[in-house]
Amino acid sequence: MLDWAFVSHYAPFFVKGAEITLIISVFGIILAVVTGLVCAGIEIARVPVLRQIVRIYIELSRNTPLLVQLYFLYFGLPKLGVVWSAEQCAIVGLGFLGGSYMAEAMRGGLETIPEVQRESAYVLGLSPWQTLSHVVVPQAISTSIPGVVANVIFLIKESSVVSAIALADVMYMAKDLIGMYYDTYESLFLLIVTYLVILLPISLLGTWLERRFDYERR
Amino acid sequence: MSGAEILLEPGVIPRLLQGLWVTVWIAGVSVALSVPVGLIVGWLMTMKNPVVRLLTRIYLDFIRIMPQLALLFIAFYGFAQAWNWNLDATGACVFVFVLWGGAELGDLVRGALESIPKAQYESSYVLGLSGWQTFTKVILPQALRRLLPASVNLATRIVKTTSLAVLLGVVEVIKVGQQIIDANRFQYPTGTLWIYGVIFLMYFIVCWPLSIVARRLEKRWKHD
Repeated sequence: MLDWAFVSHYAPFFVKGAEITLIISVFGIILAVVTGLVCAGIEIARVPVLRQIVRIYIELSRNTPLLVQLYFLYFGLPKLGVVWSAEQCAIVGLGFLGGSYMAEAMRGGLETIPEVQRESAYVLGLSPWQTLSHVVVPQAISTSIPGVVANVIFLIKESSVVSAIALADVMYMAKDLIGMYYDTYESLFLLIVTYLVILLPISLLGTWLERRFDYERR
Repeated sequence: MSGAEILLEPGVIPRLLQGLWVTVWIAGVSVALSVPVGLIVGWLMTMKNPVVRLLTRIYLDFIRIMPQLALLFIAFYGFAQAWNWNLDATGACVFVFVLWGGAELGDLVRGALESIPKAQYESSYVLGLSGWQTFTKVILPQALRRLLPASVNLATRIVKTTSLAVLLGVVEVIKVGQQIIDANRFQYPTGTLWIYGVIFLMYFIVCWPLSIVARRLEKRWKHD
């Protein structure tokens, strides 16, 4: 059975760890969304040169593990004179990884809108800006949301890797406690509960958002 | 750029490639074992039995919501203590990846099986096909077309996730890289940059072709 005294004594450690996990994730996700928007915009607008760069970035980011990206940022870059703190590396790493996933989700959403709609909007006398804000974006949001929410959950899960560059997140706490006290069950129990507390509400919120923005079926 | 000579030191690249082989081996074995597990899980998920449904649902949701690193920790540290099951780090990785791959593929198998209209089963029956013939000649070929691209995709994800094995102490490509960096710390102070750069590229070279194959297969079978 679990040693509840241990669990209650070390639960605050996991709250602290959850804070780090959430802070890193939130900033990483914001960076990923911004990167994704810029990349999706460049791809949709077919900007020459930039478009090829975006393609290369997306392939590089999607086909390499976050851990290697982080090690490169944290241990490799200082040799070039770029010294970032572990927090900065974690956020940049998550942004680098997530940016490509977000870009693909958003591009997918934008591409589902038929060309005819843009032409119709033009004929009806809507300005390009009006077309974008009243016709294209509302629909694109609804088709992008499932992908974007899945990416948010994916990135929070991926953030568990930042413990490898000595950030005291949830994963780090569990590893530390197992190493120090050998109370494996209690530490793993706290680890599971903490991740469930963070991820379950987001997962449910995602399902709700999907339904809320599903204009087609509503 | 100074320091790149570290890559030309005898043994550096061959050792990294050996490490990469460990990575690819873990991923390959996991994918190969995930396919039968996924087929069984998928079949279980289509069953009417509410208990089976609930259990497979919990299994799938738990695997999906937990970070892979947490799952690895649970298997590596938890199981050893719970059942005195001394799973080595490589074993723990394969075990977790098969559970994960089995769950993801199982859900796809369920989707593939449920998408095949009932009329096909009835028609096969009328045509005199046995249950087994219906499954292997009618249902499976259609289901496989949906499964193959997804399996290739999953393989890419598993290769990437194999990088976490280093955190359990498996001597794979990253660990080998760290050893090389540490051994040459004084001779090549900037070796870190180059070794991690090469490892980054190695992962890319393994995963990129897989992504392309998955994309091609998806496109080709999209309209069937």
